[in-house]
Amino acid sequence: MTVHDWIPPAVYIAVLAVLSPPLAAYLVRVLGENRKPFRGPLALLERGIFQAAGIDPAVEMTARTYILSLLAFHGIGLAALTVLQMLQGRLPLNPAGLANVPFPLAFNTAVSFATNTNWQAYSGETTLSPLVQSFGLGVQNFVSAAAGMAVLQAFIRGVVRQGRDTVGNFWADLVKSVVHVLLPLSLLWAVLLIGQGVIQSCSAGPAAVTPSGAAQTVPLGPVASQIAIKQLGTNGGGYFGVNSAHPFENPTPFSDFLEMLAILLIPSALVFMYARLTGQKKQGWMLWGVMLFLLIAGLSVALAAEFHSRGPDWPAMEGKEQRFGITDSVLWAVNTTCASNGSVNAMHGSLSPAAGGVAMLNIMLGEVVFGGVGVGLTGMLMFVFVSVFIAGLMVGRTPEYLGKKIEASEIKMAMIVLLVPNALILLGAGLAASVPAGLAGRSAAGPHGFSEILYAFASAAGNNGSAFAGLGAGSPFYCTTLAAAMLAGRLAALLPVVAIAGGLAAKRRSPETAGTLRTDTALFAFVLTGVILIVGALTFFPALCLGPIVEQGLFGLGRLF
Amino acid sequence: MNVVPKPGVTDGRILLRAVADAFVKLDPRRQIRNPVMFLVFVGAILTTFVTLRDFGILLHKGPPAFQADASSPTQGSGPQGTSGPQGTSGPQGTSGPQGIFGLQICLWLWFTVLFANFAEAVAEGRGKAQAESLKRMRTDVRARRLRGSAEEPVSAKDLEVGDIVVCEAGDVIPSDGEVVEGIASVDESAITGESAPVIRESGGDRSAVTGGTRVLSDRIAIRITAAQGGTFLDRMIALIEGAERQKTPNEIALSILLSVLSLVFLLVTVSLHPFIRYGLQASGPGASALLSLTVLTALMVCLIPTTIGGLLSAIGISGMDRMLRHNVIATSGRAVEAAGDIDMLLLDKTGTITLGNRQAVAFIPAPGVDQAELADAAHLSSIADETPEGRSIMVLAKREFNLRGREISGEPVRFVPFSAQTRMSGVDIDRPDGRTRRIRKGAVGAVEAFIREQGGVFPEAAARDAEDISASGGTPLAVAEDGRPLGVIHLKDVVKGGLKERFERMRRMGITTLMITGDNVYTAAAIAVEAGVDDFIADARPETKLDVIRRAQAQGNRLAMIGDGTNDAPALAQADVGVAMNTGTQAAREAGNMVDLDSNPTKLLDVIEIGKQLLVTRGALTTFSIANDVSKYFAILPALFGTLYAGPSGRGPLAALDVMRLHSPESAVLSAVIFNALIIVALIPLALRGAAYRPLGADALLKRNLLVYGLGGLAVPFAGIKAIDMILAALRLV
Repeated sequence: MTVHDWIPPAVYIAVLAVLSPPLAAYLVRVLGENRKPFRGPLALLERGIFQAAGIDPAVEMTARTYILSLLAFHGIGLAALTVLQMLQGRLPLNPAGLANVPFPLAFNTAVSFATNTNWQAYSGETTLSPLVQSFGLGVQNFVSAAAGMAVLQAFIRGVVRQGRDTVGNFWADLVKSVVHVLLPLSLLWAVLLIGQGVIQSCSAGPAAVTPSGAAQTVPLGPVASQIAIKQLGTNGGGYFGVNSAHPFENPTPFSDFLEMLAILLIPSALVFMYARLTGQKKQGWMLWGVMLFLLIAGLSVALAAEFHSRGPDWPAMEGKEQRFGITDSVLWAVNTTCASNGSVNAMHGSLSPAAGGVAMLNIMLGEVVFGGVGVGLTGMLMFVFVSVFIAGLMVGRTPEYLGKKIEASEIKMAMIVLLVPNALILLGAGLAASVPAGLAGRSAAGPHGFSEILYAFASAAGNNGSAFAGLGAGSPFYCTTLAAAMLAGRLAALLPVVAIAGGLAAKRRSPETAGTLRTDTALFAFVLTGVILIVGALTFFPALCLGPIVEQGLFGLGRLF
Repeated sequence: MNVVPKPGVTDGRILLRAVADAFVKLDPRRQIRNPVMFLVFVGAILTTFVTLRDFGILLHKGPPAFQADASSPTQGSGPQGTSGPQGTSGPQGTSGPQGIFGLQICLWLWFTVLFANFAEAVAEGRGKAQAESLKRMRTDVRARRLRGSAEEPVSAKDLEVGDIVVCEAGDVIPSDGEVVEGIASVDESAITGESAPVIRESGGDRSAVTGGTRVLSDRIAIRITAAQGGTFLDRMIALIEGAERQKTPNEIALSILLSVLSLVFLLVTVSLHPFIRYGLQASGPGASALLSLTVLTALMVCLIPTTIGGLLSAIGISGMDRMLRHNVIATSGRAVEAAGDIDMLLLDKTGTITLGNRQAVAFIPAPGVDQAELADAAHLSSIADETPEGRSIMVLAKREFNLRGREISGEPVRFVPFSAQTRMSGVDIDRPDGRTRRIRKGAVGAVEAFIREQGGVFPEAAARDAEDISASGGTPLAVAEDGRPLGVIHLKDVVKGGLKERFERMRRMGITTLMITGDNVYTAAAIAVEAGVDDFIADARPETKLDVIRRAQAQGNRLAMIGDGTNDAPALAQADVGVAMNTGTQAAREAGNMVDLDSNPTKLLDVIEIGKQLLVTRGALTTFSIANDVSKYFAILPALFGTLYAGPSGRGPLAALDVMRLHSPESAVLSAVIFNALIIVALIPLALRGAAYRPLGADALLKRNLLVYGLGGLAVPFAGIKAIDMILAALRLV
């Protein structure tokens, strides 16, 4: 590593730290419970949508109604998106005349976008028309992210309220998140990206002749608008198959930086929003600090692995984009797996084994390092609950978090959020590693092939969407099993959190005393980090041993897969 | 002050019985109540089948196959194939040493289950021994039931609630009840361990009697308030035996956490089977791994939190047991747990913070009166005064002026008892000249009126003295003879020794102390400062307590209080922890969720510490248990993975995980399993005794416990497993 390699991570973290608090202040203003009325086009749009859809934002919902609304919304979106793809051949805005998508793939893709995973078992430019990309996937990019934010808002109400049985209005939370946060930021990002040369076009692409003399049509599309929300909403589903390694999606170093920044910006600001809305400023810095620590730790291991494990050919540029080089590729890989984004600017399967292992572990830890929009923070808070439970007992009190008792139902729900993805990963990978249909999808033998399988299920269950490029994920086996993992993973990440919010809203806060376990101290940050790492490590250490760890060992001995 | 013999952990009979109980508890219906240990139980059964089959092949099918083909372990799945990771099986038909290895694992898994059962049995055993000595008191008692005015003998068993029975000196009180007539001294040592008899009388706050206690003198009529089986003694026995034991809320939450963790570790081991098979196939021919149902079960048992899982119920039982050792009976484990959460103590001034009896500390004569004269009058007026105040005046007069009990011969003396109307007591002495000396002492206002009645004047100086006494927290008593004021006696509340330190301890634990008293603000403030409580409420009426508790609870506080009177009952019921004194009324004892047999109000402080200790023990052992897993991975995983992707040396890259350099793969697995079993036994004393609790702030306490149980949990098993491995190797068991 040279000095130049230290600059991008340092600048990235500095810009993230500087922009998050002001964005959080804006989020508090537009999403906060007692927000002041404000004017402007966004307020008009919000009111317009409320009126058109017949939503009364003042109507409060119980946790149960909130969950049912969320389920209904996702169910309808899922069905509509599946049908849209299966009919695209007969619908307009299809300049390249792409055919209808078959059901298994259409369903897999619909699940993938509705669950904020954006796992792509297809190559966008050759499979989906601009209509589907914009009005199908694009819409889900917005609302799936907004659903995550809505759940976070419900959770915050649970913490703040006392003796209430409601947690807010799902539809209002959803609309507010889209209108005031995702829409304006996407607009800003799209304009900035277009400025860098990201394309935005609905024409059929120009014809070209390859150096080998073959005729080729260069696909175009409304890319910039798609990319903006893909990055900001921790979606990750690229317009093109190679995602942000494609020059039309990511043409310059600055566009690369903007897109990377967009991955963590909202999740990071949400931490401070949470802190301000719950009146716990120090708590926000504690959470943010733990996240930053885990980000830097992962980044350090991955960079060290890339730069110091010299295999047969070094630097290992296969699968990496020459324009970005090693550092920016690794930085992106770590960011996109910390969040549940899943966009890539280099193929993760081509990272050195240990760096690929870091990407995998980030997902396996539950994507709580900033994490997906809304769900990353709620996932982290579930870890906080478990930490509070164990540490709280050790100070001789039945555990409390911010004055609310953590009891059996909270622990049950928190464990569901944290461990359902783990179970899905282990069972899915175990199944795929033992049946021919699963083994057939590998593009490599040995531990690398195993990593491909493990990564695919981690990515699906964690709603990340990135892949260890190489796995043939289009087969019926993977389409079905991964879709199931995505759905189960998403439901487990959202529903229990709302249930907890409902329970917390009813509880009274007890005052803080010298005997109360404080959750905004360095000591608690240490406990929290330990719990996250130990739960992750104990669950996945054996599997990681057989994938990236043994591959790294063999890599050092000169054996490649 | 022991209730009953309190056996130690090492009591031989208890241990012996616990060993037997450990086997009785193998009943699957009992095992399934503890999901973590149930998994171990199932694992032990599975490995038993595998072991039996291995030896069966050895015995019946001639020489076994020479080599276990580990790379295709799908063949020959055992009869239990549906339950375990599909298709796994023991080293099929292996040679002797392999079978012996499986047998050892199997035995140690059974030991793990038995050790956990044993821990629970020991905890229960201590209670059982106590319960048995209590049961001996419950022998059939004959009662004398009143029917109208006639007595009829009846068995205590046949008594019904509402019956009136009569007890005279020597009778055993047949059941719980309330004295409706008479007064008697009662020996309650069987319940309280206190040998001094107590007075029980009708009316007031000392009317409750307990079945099984003995009347020592006099005769009382008792209305029965509890049917047989529902008496205090019965409930006490049931509580001690653990018959009514239900999981407490925090215990349930912890069980959920542990069960889900166990489930995940089960999945880790189940999925490891296809993972390793993948690795074996990818490694090519020659690779082998110690992959069998037995080894995977061993791994699972090592990973799931058996240490806390096996000791959880013992911790809960011993929490109640520790309460009992402090002579406090908790009516449920929930109450013990709630005690740990208390952040506010509501304490009566009288009897709790002060000794309860105001004591005379000074005679302050009125102008022109000799101090000795005042003392003499005070002494005379108190001769027949049996109240603690009266007695303390006698003591002071004796100490200061050497006045002793005297013969008042020849002069007819009439004592005037205290009455609520006059608020005075005193003595009338007929002098030979036919006039009567009327000496009175009492509340300043009452005596002032008495003097005015006789045409005298209460001097201003004396009134000021009285005010000064009030302001300092004392109580002034005025003394007068006929129309002549003699002065005031300074009565002072005496704060109990050592309280200030205990309250300071509470403060460091984050507990606020709140004193409540019917005294005026001045008195209350003075005592509050002297005792070092955080806050006080003066001029309280009986219902104030309930209001205070409700208000504090609405703000999220959790309160504990101690009380004895019937008017305390609503507050006792409302408080999160209500400790009723055993000397209190039946209503109070019913309302509280703990009974203090010693009737010592400062016991609240012990109760809170025991509650906290219970929670700390749970948290500490959970941390320890989970931290242990790290080392077990480093023992077992190299044994499983060491040969994968091996080069010519036969060692694969993952052999580097073997940081402990254990003797062999088999001994690594076996050592981990043995350590996992033995650590349960090793920690039984800790579970029964409770982890040390110190009144530090939360942060300091957490730091300390993380260091001891977290870091210790990481480090200890490395040493332990290595040591066991060396012993196994030396004994050639592997």
